[in-house]
Amino acid sequence: MNLTENNSSCDREINDSLRVPLLALFGGAAVWLIVGLVLGLIAGIKFHAPDFLGACPVMTYGRVAPAANDAVLYGFCIPAALGVALWIFARLSGQPLALPLVPVVAANLWHLGVFIGTAGILLGASSGHTWLEYPRAAAVILFAAFMLIAVSAAATFGWRRQQELYPSHWFLFAGLLWFPWIYSTANILLNSHQLPRGVVQPIIGWWFANNLVFVWLALVGVGTAFYFLPKIAARPLANSGYVLLAFLTLVFFGTWCGIPQGAPVPAWLPTLSSVAAALTLVPLLAISIVTLKTVCGSNVSCKGGPFCFIRFGVMSFIVSGILYVSAACPQYSRILNFTWFGAAQTQLQLLGFAAMILFGAIYELLPQVMGKPLPQPALAKAHFYLSMIGVLLFFVPLVLAGVVQGEKLADANIPFADANTAALKFLRVSTTGQMLILLGALLFAVNIFIMTIQWKLGIAKTVIAYIKSPLETAEVKS
Amino acid sequence: MKTGLSIFIAAFIALGTSWCGFVLAPLLQLGSAQQTVILQTTDNWPLQRTGAATLGLQVYRAYGCAACHTEQVRQTGSAFEVTLTSLGNQKPADFIEFTKSLFVLPGLANYTNAIAASLNGWNGGLPKTLLTATDKDVATEMADRLKAVGVKSETAIIATGPDIARGWGSRLSVAADFLYDQPVQLGSLRAGPDLANIGVRAPDANWQLAHLYAPKSVTPNSTMPSFKFLFEVRKVGASPSPEALNLPKEFAAADGFEIVPKPAAKQLVAYLLSLKANVPLYEAPFTPATAAK
Ligand code: HEC
Repeated sequence: MNLTENNSSCDREINDSLRVPLLALFGGAAVWLIVGLVLGLIAGIKFHAPDFLGACPVMTYGRVAPAANDAVLYGFCIPAALGVALWIFARLSGQPLALPLVPVVAANLWHLGVFIGTAGILLGASSGHTWLEYPRAAAVILFAAFMLIAVSAAATFGWRRQQELYPSHWFLFAGLLWFPWIYSTANILLNSHQLPRGVVQPIIGWWFANNLVFVWLALVGVGTAFYFLPKIAARPLANSGYVLLAFLTLVFFGTWCGIPQGAPVPAWLPTLSSVAAALTLVPLLAISIVTLKTVCGSNVSCKGGPFCFIRFGVMSFIVSGILYVSAACPQYSRILNFTWFGAAQTQLQLLGFAAMILFGAIYELLPQVMGKPLPQPALAKAHFYLSMIGVLLFFVPLVLAGVVQGEKLADANIPFADANTAALKFLRVSTTGQMLILLGALLFAVNIFIMTIQWKLGIAKTVIAYIKSPLETAEVKS
Repeated sequence: MKTGLSIFIAAFIALGTSWCGFVLAPLLQLGSAQQTVILQTTDNWPLQRTGAATLGLQVYRAYGCAACHTEQVRQTGSAFEVTLTSLGNQKPADFIEFTKSLFVLPGLANYTNAIAASLNGWNGGLPKTLLTATDKDVATEMADRLKAVGVKSETAIIATGPDIARGWGSRLSVAADFLYDQPVQLGSLRAGPDLANIGVRAPDANWQLAHLYAPKSVTPNSTMPSFKFLFEVRKVGASPSPEALNLPKEFAAADGFEIVPKPAAKQLVAYLLSLKANVPLYEAPFTPATAAK
């Protein structure tokens, strides 16, 4: 990718234009990440102590668990990804952000939407469809906020000085189209008073969930990685032919995945999905090759820095993709369906892939935007190791739990409770992983908050200095 | 991919086709689905739920029971069971002798031992299950041979698979079962057992209420969280409420108090008891237990 896209005065303009919108997006995202992880931890603990916080309907497992997942995805991943995308669009365009006030409003609107949604789930107003639990009011707000940010991003893109298009553009641009389409379709059909008949609901729900959690996150995550990896490694993105192949196969095949094998729906649907899942190995392979060729041989010493985060994120994406494809394969799905395996894949996709790439991107871009280094670089490093170990401890035991549970459930002579107990042993370890991830997220939040506070204090100081400065004698006289 | 327009078009076509395939097509194919007819009857399936059960589905949704429970049963195959109902004018011993002549048939060769074992020591009691075959043709051939010598038999279809062996259903779940569910709560994780036929498996409303109040009171090792907040603990009035839960001592209320379900608990149980999925359909045939024997 072009390494000398901006001269320094233009750089400053770009960074100035992005400062407020990005702080608004990332600050709220950091809060929601912590909320989501705390809720996730509560949900996890309930498997060891079923009646932990059990007296209170707000904290019942069936509410806390979806609220946790949604807070991580809608509260953290999406706004953080939008912030990073705005930055990338502005940089690649060589232009300050167009309409910079719009994303500031949108960021606050977005966080309000997540707040209403989370409260809605905890109070029992969930729609009952996975990843679409937020009640309608929240969904409308989220949709509007997304559109505002998309307008600002598209305007920045449209008014660009650089005419060239980069691979990151393809991925991020497609992401801007993807979300409003799937989110509006799914909410109009599944978050209404009169739902479609019977299993049409889960079919649309699976289509949405796949296109959000698998395709959308892949678009913004890989798009971001393909911007930052070459940048940090100071070498061009390898094999642009493969990148194009990866993009096209990801959007054309990935979007057809998601209907589980054996679902009570017309047989052509799951069949189509499993064929699509097998074909999705093509973009996975292409992305691995491009990443390997770009990363290997570069002499970046990463030591827990942004490069580490993003590299780990891409590896998680490949592993999570392989898990996803294998669960769609009829032989395995018989065992893996309805077990912890699905949760393992989802959590790896959210926390191992999307979140890690976003952390790395934010650690890389925020010091530039703020014009000063991270206040606590050591915490950022610790964050990387905590997150990496946490993610591994979280998802590997869940995968094993899923396999063991699935094999026991497949043998009707083994009592149900035994399958459950076998899985619970692994869940102990994964709860430890959750705690480490939470600890890491707290360190992340510390850096973001200190930066925000320093910036606010800086503004306050300027204002105070301005007020205190002695008035011109001419003014005093009149 | 030289212009923004070409990316836009590529992404638009990609998502647009899957939207047509996974949103539009199912809406057209299934969106106006109607009740189906239960196999070998003129009855319709599924039935509309009662008011309380319909409200109960909303309680199920609001408390997120689907986070731990599925409502979909899988089936790996079908078995065909040939059961003797009358030997005609044959004696049991003659009949056993006769079956030996069948063993040379290619289809039956695999079942020789099973048939011989099941007839070993048989005193002629009827009905008698003679053969359980995974292949429909074998069962049909057997039935034809029996008919030729004047022996009457019935062939039952039995759904097989671990879910069914666990008693979670008589057959796989099919689209028709969910026709009236708003919202459909298929679930994706079996942290608890499947509930597709819980209304058949545990039809006692008092058991269900006790289980919701204190799962361990009926299932000692249960890891299901309790839903105590769906119940009210109150002072016993002039006379005890007929709805009060009857619990083992360690779970019961203090003396002078009783535990009664709130309306939401009663609705939830009405919903659970409405989950049956126990009728044969064209796309999911099986022979109900009462008809087979
Ligand atoms: C944290 C997971 C969890 C949640 C949430 C949960 N359950 Fe359960 N459920 C279980 C487990 C584990 C069992 C098996 C042990 C038992 O029978 O208590 C079970 C068993 C059951 C059974 C008995 C099934 C049988 O075959 O005997 C019923 C009925 C049931 N749950 C209904 C519900 C309802 C209704 C809700 C929502 C209000 C709910 N469950 C929420 C975990 C859960």
